[in-house]
Formats: sequence, C-alpha cells, structure tokens
Amino acid sequence: MNNDFVPTLTPIVLLDLSLLTMLIFVAFTMLKSRHLFAVAMLSGIYSLLSAAFFVSLDAVDVAFTEAAVGAGISSVLMLGAMLLTSRREKPVISNRAPVALAVVFAVGSVLFYATIDMPAFGDPNAPANVSIGQEYVERTPDEIAVPNIVTAVLASYRGFDTLGETMVIFTAGVAVMLLLGAGSVRGGKPVDDVPVGDPKDGE
Amino acid sequence: MFGAATAAIVIAMALALIRACAGPSLYDRVLAGNSFGTKTVLLLGSMGFLSGRPDFLDIALLYALINFVGTIAILKFFRYRTFAVSMDGAAAVKPVFGEGDRQ
Repeated sequence: MNNDFVPTLTPIVLLDLSLLTMLIFVAFTMLKSRHLFAVAMLSGIYSLLSAAFFVSLDAVDVAFTEAAVGAGISSVLMLGAMLLTSRREKPVISNRAPVALAVVFAVGSVLFYATIDMPAFGDPNAPANVSIGQEYVERTPDEIAVPNIVTAVLASYRGFDTLGETMVIFTAGVAVMLLLGAGSVRGGKPVDDVPVGDPKDGE
Repeated sequence: MFGAATAAIVIAMALALIRACAGPSLYDRVLAGNSFGTKTVLLLGSMGFLSGRPDFLDIALLYALINFVGTIAILKFFRYRTFAVSMDGAAAVKPVFGEGDRQ
C-alpha cells in the first residue's frame, strides 16, 4: 500500500474551504446572539450550508435529509419553541465561562489530535475505500441492481436497521407535533392550558 | 467560467449571511434566509458542472421547493402563531411581531 497521496488545491477544495469558513462564522454568531429569532433563522442557514457541503462531499442522501429536516422542519419547530418561551435569551453568567471554556478547549484539542491519524481527504488508500466498502461497490450491481450504492446499502443490506430508524423518527415527529399542539382545535375552540384571566408569561 | 460563477455565488452567500446576522428587523432575517436558500440551489447547480457531474441538478430543484415551503411556513407562523389556524377565524389572527421589532 503506497501512501504518497497528496491532496491538491482544486476549485472544489476551495469551495469546501469557503463553505466551512461560513459554517464556523454562522456557528459563532449563533453562540453570540441573544436574539432567539436570529438564532432560529441562522440555524436554518447553517443547515443549508452543511447540506451544500455534504453535496460537495458526494453524500447526496445525507445532504437531502439535512436540507429537509434541518432547513425545512426544524427551523419552523425552533420558531414554535421560541414563541412558547421568550424572544430573548438571558445573559450568560460570565464567571462560569472559564471552566466551560477550559472543558471545550480540552475536548477540542483531543478531537484535533485524533484527526492527525485520519487519512488525507480523498485518499484512495483510506480504509473506507479499500476494505469492505469496495466489496459493496462490486456486489451491488449483481445482488441489488440499484444504480445508487448508498440506496442499496440503506434499503436492502441494512433494511431492518433503516426501518427501525424510520420508526424512531416517526415517533419523535408525532411527539413534537403533540407537544407543540398542532391541530389542537376541539369543538371549534383552541385548547389553552393557561386559565382564563391569568396573564401569559412574556406578554 | 463555472469557477467564476461559483465564486460569485459564494460571495453573494457571504453577503446574505452578513445581512442575516446583522438584521436588524425580522423581515431582513427572513429575506436573508430565503435568498440564502436560493443561493444554495444555484451553488449546487454550478458545483455539479464545476466537478463535471451535473447529475445532482434534481437535488437542487428539490432544495428550491423546500426553501419555498419553509419560507411560507415561517411567515404563516408569524401571522397565525400556530401551524393549524384556529377555527375561531379572525379572533386568533394577530401579528406577533410588529413593525418596530428591532434587535
């Protein structure tokens, strides 16, 4: 196995770098902002950015899930949660921040240390490209006859696992719908758990 | 040529991002998020041609649909405060955030 693969600076790599820069910028802005509506919109933008990044990494199915769930549904769900609570986040107590910062830096440096062992981006000799992945690439056209190998793995080779995942996601979706009270109309009257005459919080 | 187009789209994305972060009003952010979604669709299209495989153009079309429905959902949510409009009719209709919503 020769390990002389050197990643080159193609336009796609430059595009990836600019997308990742924007991701970091959005993440820090979301951390700094106390305006919860801005955070909800920025989380949608974050999902769109990471979906574009996933497409550039050829993970189209992940990108599609990220766009549908992250940018579509979850930003609306975040807005719903925001309307139930408050429009502004309380300021963080600053004397607790150094401990959290130290923990974050420790974990982050461990994660960065772990990336040193990873193969270079796009390396054809990476373990993901040589061992069992190659087996799936070779056997899918004969065994499943689906053009997209990811679809073959998701829906056939690990079909029961995908079925379980779908059930989990469906249950979570139903629970969120019940919590947010979508369609909570009974006898023509909206259901409200705040007693009549009780001033609502935040109004 | 596709490289230049992609670079221009990335710069436009950065500008929309700055508007979404800076605000100041609610509608600035909604519009910035919507136009950012449009830029993502364009970016996916030009990215496919840049890498020589324009097979993912239908994914970009689906992103456009999701972006449209998402923006409609957000705006409807601010108008009616809920996903399912109450059967009371006009009684529940009141704008949540007014014109003077500033950060």
